[in-house]
Amino acid sequence: MTVLSILDGYRDADLAKKLQSRINRLSEKIGRNILIMHVCGSHEWTITHHGVRSLLPENVEVRAGPGCPVCVTPTADIDAAVELALDGKTALTYGDMSRAKGSKQSLAEAKTLGGDVRVVYSVHDAVKIAKSRPEKEFVFFAVGFETTAPATAYEILQGPPSNLRFLTCYRYVPSAVEAVSRSPDLRVDAFINAGHASTITGMRAYKPCFDECHKPMVFSGFEPLDVLISVAMILRQICDNEPKMENEYTRSVTWDGNLKAQETMWKAFDLREGYWRGVATIPNSALDLKAEFSQLDAREHYGLAAEPASEGFVKNARCADVIVGKIDPPECPLYMKECTPASPLGPTMVSSEGTCKIWADHRIISTMRCRA
Amino acid sequence: MCLAFPGRVLSIDGDFAKVDFGEGTAREGINVSLVEVKPGQYVLVHAGYAIQVMDEKEAQKTLSYWREILAYEQPSGPLGR
Repeated sequence: MTVLSILDGYRDADLAKKLQSRINRLSEKIGRNILIMHVCGSHEWTITHHGVRSLLPENVEVRAGPGCPVCVTPTADIDAAVELALDGKTALTYGDMSRAKGSKQSLAEAKTLGGDVRVVYSVHDAVKIAKSRPEKEFVFFAVGFETTAPATAYEILQGPPSNLRFLTCYRYVPSAVEAVSRSPDLRVDAFINAGHASTITGMRAYKPCFDECHKPMVFSGFEPLDVLISVAMILRQICDNEPKMENEYTRSVTWDGNLKAQETMWKAFDLREGYWRGVATIPNSALDLKAEFSQLDAREHYGLAAEPASEGFVKNARCADVIVGKIDPPECPLYMKECTPASPLGPTMVSSEGTCKIWADHRIISTMRCRA
Repeated sequence: MCLAFPGRVLSIDGDFAKVDFGEGTAREGINVSLVEVKPGQYVLVHAGYAIQVMDEKEAQKTLSYWREILAYEQPSGPLGR
């Protein structure tokens, strides 16, 4: 049996029904409303695509928190990338990032105004493109979480070509989970932690947060049964009144994480305070280039001023509340009215990891859920 | 953004590997420098870089554990309750 055929088992409908029945019984025993927050766009996709919410009892809600890197990338950084692209440099970035609007334009719009913008699949593509055109200046707009940062760290340590600079906006998920767990106006009962970000950091990175909030935390994989098993694990912990850090995604997540990737990442980046668009400025949440690599830093090289943190969402849009997980997309007055995937007004409708885009792609127009 | 796909490493040349993602899709140039991997093992690949060597036994174990504890569970009806 190969790994790929084992993974088919994580979509087994019979097992899903049995899990559902176990989840129902546990939730009846608990007898109150439970809010579980996940912090990963890929989890939101699995949950929505496979209809996982329709399998859950009325008193158990799984909601998306800040798990979309494009959504939390500050407006000021998008503006800086746009400005560089319009000023003769070539901006290289991921497809989703190119479509997210800054205070005026997105990178894709800057391209229509004559800016040079190219979409890449990985940082390695950026290195290859820069090497092939030594006479041009390139800026890699590097967004993502710790899942993506080690790859960029690897290229930085390899010594990238001198005509390539990095505008880094990497964010570190454990600090965001800590911020959400401290939020006074979000009553989260438990967390489903991001399987691939935790593959890098390991469960260990969440220990301080768990020790402080003492809420169930399950590290989950991305197949539909992974999520159902994680919900069952959380409800069992709540039932037994024994919150723990539990690993559902044992095929990838370990306590220590990927030490080789961590070593690479911490050689290139330092943890500093960082602004998460729509969320807050969070301590120890930005992976910034170490001072010794300042010659590769686009901010240093082009003298980009540090802009004050601003949300920059359009009027009446509730992007911020969707990003934090205070509301579901249909509670925003613009959702699927003025704001659609064809003409998105906010980043959550742009990115394939944005909650609004995922819900819209799955034709979820309204929710009938009543909140306690 | 944090999507990752499992695939089997076919061959390795320095920091790069050829990886078989199943269903006839094999890609060269997957960077494996962030993991310790040998040909034949499975890796999770994120944006062109392997981020973990997958544990085949663990993948089996989780499923069979849950199959076992839910063996006598009566499935819910088609409408979910």
